[in-house]
Amino acid sequence: MEVTLNDYLLVSGLLFTIGFGGVLLRRNIIIIFMCLELMLNAANLSLVAFSRFNLSADGLPNYNGQILVFFIITVAAAEVAVGLAIIVALYRARQTTHVEDINTLKF
Amino acid sequence: MALPWIILFSPLISTLLILFVTKSSRTLSSYISVAAVLVSFFASAIVFLRPDPTTPNQFLWLDFNVLQVPIGVTIDQLSKAMLLVVTTVGSLVHIFSLGYMAEDEGKSRYFAGLSLFMFSMLGIVLANNFVMMFIFWELVGVSSYILIGHWFTKNSAAAAANKAFITNRLGDFGFMLGILMVWAASGSVEFAKVSQTWHGLHLSPLYLATAAILVFCGAVGKSAQFPLHVWLPDAMEGPTPVSALIHAATMVAAGVYMLCRVYFLVEASPEAQNVIAWIGTITAVMAALMATQQNDIKRILAYSTLSQLGYMVLAVGLTGHDAAMFHLFTHAFFKALLFLGSGAVIYAMHHEQDIWKMGALQKKMPFTFVTFLVATLALTGCPGLSGFFSKETILGVAYEHNQAIFWLALGTAFLTAFYMFRLVTVVFFAPGKSDHASHAHEVPSVMTIPLVILGVLSFIGGYSFFAERFLTLPHEAGFGFVTLLAIAVFAVGAVVAFVLYNGKKQDPISIPLFANKFYIDEAYAFLIKWTQDLLACYAAWFDRWVLDFGIVRWVFAGGTYSIGLVLRFLQIGNLQAYAFIFGAGVIAIIYYILFIVKP
Amino acid sequence: MSPILFWLFSFLMLGFGVLVVLHRNPVASALSLVVSFLGLAVLFVSLDAYFIGIIQVLVYAGAVMVLFLFIIMLLDLKAEERRSWNPVALAGGIFVTLGFAALLIKVLHRFPDADKPFPPISGNLSQMDDVHHVGLTLFTSYNLPFQVIGVLVLVATIGIVVLSKKELK
Repeated sequence: MEVTLNDYLLVSGLLFTIGFGGVLLRRNIIIIFMCLELMLNAANLSLVAFSRFNLSADGLPNYNGQILVFFIITVAAAEVAVGLAIIVALYRARQTTHVEDINTLKF
Repeated sequence: MALPWIILFSPLISTLLILFVTKSSRTLSSYISVAAVLVSFFASAIVFLRPDPTTPNQFLWLDFNVLQVPIGVTIDQLSKAMLLVVTTVGSLVHIFSLGYMAEDEGKSRYFAGLSLFMFSMLGIVLANNFVMMFIFWELVGVSSYILIGHWFTKNSAAAAANKAFITNRLGDFGFMLGILMVWAASGSVEFAKVSQTWHGLHLSPLYLATAAILVFCGAVGKSAQFPLHVWLPDAMEGPTPVSALIHAATMVAAGVYMLCRVYFLVEASPEAQNVIAWIGTITAVMAALMATQQNDIKRILAYSTLSQLGYMVLAVGLTGHDAAMFHLFTHAFFKALLFLGSGAVIYAMHHEQDIWKMGALQKKMPFTFVTFLVATLALTGCPGLSGFFSKETILGVAYEHNQAIFWLALGTAFLTAFYMFRLVTVVFFAPGKSDHASHAHEVPSVMTIPLVILGVLSFIGGYSFFAERFLTLPHEAGFGFVTLLAIAVFAVGAVVAFVLYNGKKQDPISIPLFANKFYIDEAYAFLIKWTQDLLACYAAWFDRWVLDFGIVRWVFAGGTYSIGLVLRFLQIGNLQAYAFIFGAGVIAIIYYILFIVKP
Repeated sequence: MSPILFWLFSFLMLGFGVLVVLHRNPVASALSLVVSFLGLAVLFVSLDAYFIGIIQVLVYAGAVMVLFLFIIMLLDLKAEERRSWNPVALAGGIFVTLGFAALLIKVLHRFPDADKPFPPISGNLSQMDDVHHVGLTLFTSYNLPFQVIGVLVLVATIGIVVLSKKELK
């Protein structure tokens, strides 16, 4: 039984789901951020799977998908850096990383 | 071919010149105006002597498929006669004004207004279609407004000008509706075309009557018939030559002229004829009653004009335009003479207008007295003068067609004689009642010459040899029952008035109902105030409760507040709750798109 | 790639992903994430995407996670004490998670084409291998986005410096 595209997509989707569940259920903002990274990587897996599945005219994988993955990784790295800087600034202001304690912007 | 256009446009050129070029030079303006009207007069005379043209003299101004409005002239017997009347009286009034308004500050403005009026009036006379006539109709109203309000710094003059214009507008509204009905039924607005096809259209009697009565509304406004008569007495606030020209001889006669011009409308509907005749009668009677108690010389003459206009309108309603035009013709001369004569009196009395302050002017102002007396005799129907012929014709027509109207008209003739001789007695015969009266003297010749000319016209105007050159006279006025009654009524009225008023220093009879003009002005004021108050009350209620409370507070403010109240709860502040909503939404959307829209 | 290896590394990746969510100690969470990324990199390699696989290890597991650990150390985060679960939040989270999973399975069922095996690569990978191909595509078709990404990273760097500056009192 070969590994098919559906298997890869299933795995990717499950990884995404786990990541999203983590965003909803954890209360430490650093952990939430890490689960966010999980979701991004799930998307990357999907992209690479599709890139391999859709062969271009000369029999090679469709490298456009992999280019996009490259960009996503780069942007995710930049985003993590900036996000963590913000979290650090927030920690300095509030002395907490609990997301429930950061709730003053409300009705 | 071009002469009618010269008649029409010469006063307009005078107006424009005065307004834009010579406004600062008062004497030059006055001469320009007089010259323009004399040009029109001579051109009218030439047009009169030539035979009627057979080809239409017009150019197409508006050309839509359903409506074509030309600007053109009509030259037929009716318009030629009217042209002569208008330009003759106009010229004489202009010359009289040279003397009367000699020291007035606004002389340029006055003569510009007079020229504008001549232009508009000649436009009405010459118009060959409804729309053109309506345009000039409105222009006449505007000129009247300008001239009545000539001394606009006086509040009463400004108010009177407003009253005249607004009352006219009410009548014009009916006129416009009538024109629309005529156009809707016949497809054209030109007199010639509609008069030929009107009978063949086979419209319902209701339609015919409504159209005729609506068009008559224009005459009701312009010729001051009941119930729109209220503006004419107040219009005496204007200078006396204006009253002579506009409110005696020409503008008020425009309504009668118009009815004669569109007689094909009137004769198609017996109901309309009845309405017109009765309105004329009511006006004549009411005005005569009101005149017996007035104390201002011009007001008496104004009410007399109202009464005579009532005669003309009732003649149109009863039988046709011949009798009415005849009376219009003679009335123009003697009424203009009466007004100019009263102007001379006022001038000599240093602008005093109350008859109870005048007296014994017979010896002091001979020319004025004689011409005034001639005019009075003509107006009251003294045998041998022009008014006798025309008034007696109308009485005869009334006797033939409608007995009730005849007796009312006869009674009015008695009243006419009564109040006119009251006027003459108090002003000229009775002893002088004030300083001005004792110091009065005859007016300069620039004012007496027009009086004399008009006096001659009032005398000979009714005789067949003169009048038949201009008009078609109705049946020969022979001696009959009606004639005797008319003469009797005149004699009795004159004698009674002379006996009652000779030598008196104040009015022995006092009837407040007549003196206060049947309180019609008060009734109108009350009606307008009541309507306005009601509308204002309703508008205030609407604004306060529906707009402010209902819409602004409930719908807008309340709605915005409620929506805000609901949406506020979305601002939870909890990061994970936002993420949850986001996720749930995404699931829902994906589910919807993938499985419900395209299963 | 043989199915056994695939499923092995998938479970590795998924399992450690779950551990990321479940651990209370943030350092443990971070290290589980690193292992998860390694599993993911293997999956990339199994898809003949060698360049991406190596980049995943180098950048993600190597740089990003190190950054995470640095921050965790900086903020000196201890293991979380147990706080009582908010039932509403718990229910919401579980609902969304299960909903996503169900939706995923339903969607995948409608995609029968994906049940075929991967087509073999018939192109010439011996002369110019995967990295070269990716580089060629990147620097020809996607040159502009590449430059923009460079600017983005620069901006991010500046932003971080600004955000992290302590107020000088």
